[in-house]
Amino acid sequence: MTNRFQIYVLLVAFALLLILPFIGSRYSVELATQILIFGLLATSLNILVGYLGAASFGHAAFFAIGGYACAYFLTTLGWPLVVSMIGAVLLTALASLVIGFFCVRLNEIYFSMLTLAFSMLVWAVALKWKPVTGGDDGFVGVAVPEYLSNYFTFFLFTLGVVTISMIVLMIIGNSTMGRVFIAIRENQTRASFLGVNVRRMRLIAFVIAGTFAGIAGTLLALYVRGMYPETAFWSQSGHILIMVLLGGMHAFIGPFLGASALTLLEVTIGQYTEYWQVFVGVILVIVVLAAPEGIFGLVRSVTKRLGGQKDDDA
Amino acid sequence: MTMLEVENATKIFGGFTAVNKVNLTVAEGETHAIIGPNGAGKTTLFNVVSGLISPETGSVTFRGKKLNKMMPHDIVNVGMARSFQRVNIFPRKTVFENVQVALLVHARLHFNPFRQAAKLFRREGMELLALVNLEDEADRRAGDLAYGRQKQLELAVALAANPKLLLLDEPTAGMSISETKASIALINDIVEKRNLTLLFTEHDMNVVFEIADRISVLHHGEIIATGIPDEVRNNEEVKRIYLGKE
Ligand SMILES: Nc1ncnc2c1ncn2[C@@H]1O[C@H](COP(=O)(O)OP(=O)(O)OP(=O)(O)O)[C@@H](O)[C@H]1O
Ligand SMILES: [Mg+2]
Repeated sequence: MTNRFQIYVLLVAFALLLILPFIGSRYSVELATQILIFGLLATSLNILVGYLGAASFGHAAFFAIGGYACAYFLTTLGWPLVVSMIGAVLLTALASLVIGFFCVRLNEIYFSMLTLAFSMLVWAVALKWKPVTGGDDGFVGVAVPEYLSNYFTFFLFTLGVVTISMIVLMIIGNSTMGRVFIAIRENQTRASFLGVNVRRMRLIAFVIAGTFAGIAGTLLALYVRGMYPETAFWSQSGHILIMVLLGGMHAFIGPFLGASALTLLEVTIGQYTEYWQVFVGVILVIVVLAAPEGIFGLVRSVTKRLGGQKDDDA
Repeated sequence: MTMLEVENATKIFGGFTAVNKVNLTVAEGETHAIIGPNGAGKTTLFNVVSGLISPETGSVTFRGKKLNKMMPHDIVNVGMARSFQRVNIFPRKTVFENVQVALLVHARLHFNPFRQAAKLFRREGMELLALVNLEDEADRRAGDLAYGRQKQLELAVALAANPKLLLLDEPTAGMSISETKASIALINDIVEKRNLTLLFTEHDMNVVFEIADRISVLHHGEIIATGIPDEVRNNEEVKRIYLGKE
């Protein structure tokens, strides 16, 4: 069963990550921290892209709002860490409710364009609202608490937060609500004639996705110890979308795989050439052409051929 | 008691009047057929009744409740379910998943993000599929079924909402003669067992005269006759513009 297969993959990944800080170099641990943050971010976007079937081009906005809010609460207001994080996530949820209210009225490319427009608005605010965001120079020097200030404990903290978030997202994905998201993706008219208020469900999905992107954002602020306007820029949203497509949007763990692969690809190729983006682009084109269901789809067809397992995935 | 009342409904598409001042009353428990040549406005009338499109004028009253400005999902939730002329299901999902999601929406579980869906409504879903003779196809991809069987599946999906009024837009379109017979017998059976009111459109006149309690004839968007089958059969105007051609 695909679901069980995915849970095994996640368990193995979790076990490996748990021992990583004890055996790995500082560099590898920091890289893994980054992968965890972007893995969560991509998985949150997939609630929209994979489950609901709505491609948001502006998901980075919520990543940025979560990050800036956490930085501001923690540093400027001096709130405790947990309060800052929860406050930032709630604020992101509220922002996604407001932005989503407008976006979910539109479908397909119009939806995508409006999400893009809102994210550029968030970017502009990050750039111009100097007293709060630090403007062009960014929010520098986030007051990360002492106990999280070394790479080792911060990694374990991130692993904890991301694991819990991933479990919640998986539960949502397999829930009755998740089934209705998929039903909307498959056939909106039929979904509404089952008795589903499609617009309301789209808004709920939008808020869930935004909220978990906010969680990833708070981790980013702590990890980088700063926040910069580029986090909300459209290219960042595209980056997340590529992670989702690369990993495979029709499997829960696909986007996480995509985030891992893209991050690793970028840093490895980046070591050899300054034109790494070209190479990453070429690899992406090949993957998209050769494996339209992404890395996960590729892995599935290989293991299926080997094990002859039955596929019962979304 | 009146189940459905359409009053003076008009629908215009860019200057073309598809439904013209239609009045229609369907009593509780009645099996009511809408007939008329291609393009007469039957589907448009169904779309108005079920809330998919809103009419320029007129009103629809369902079980004493005005449906004006109500969205399809609200209308489903007060007891009206429908099928479409062209099959409208979740083709990439399995047959069972099609009825399962319909059942869980009917149970209002779509607002629950924690209840795990996989094992829900096994029994109820299989019962619904058995009702339309699809229990052996439960694990197949719905889009892989023969067209006629997809129509049956859509019927099961509509029934999952436990409607009082069922709207079927050409339930036998695309079926062979034998399939049509079986399907009509089935629909008739379900309507009786579940005490449903049925409003349907159909091109096959044998079917219509066999199961309809009352028939309305639509022509160029207007109802030109309404009555029991014998009245409609002997209506001169109907004979001339519609039945005569058959
Ligand atoms: N969305 C639309 N926009 C423009 N014209 C439309 C639209 N829907 C229907 N029409 C037109 O309205 C008329 C009635 O169409 P409708 O589908 O209601 O007929 P019908 O009686 O169901 O026909 P059939 O027996 O072929 O199913 C047709 O001339 C059709 O072209
Ligand atoms: Mg029609």
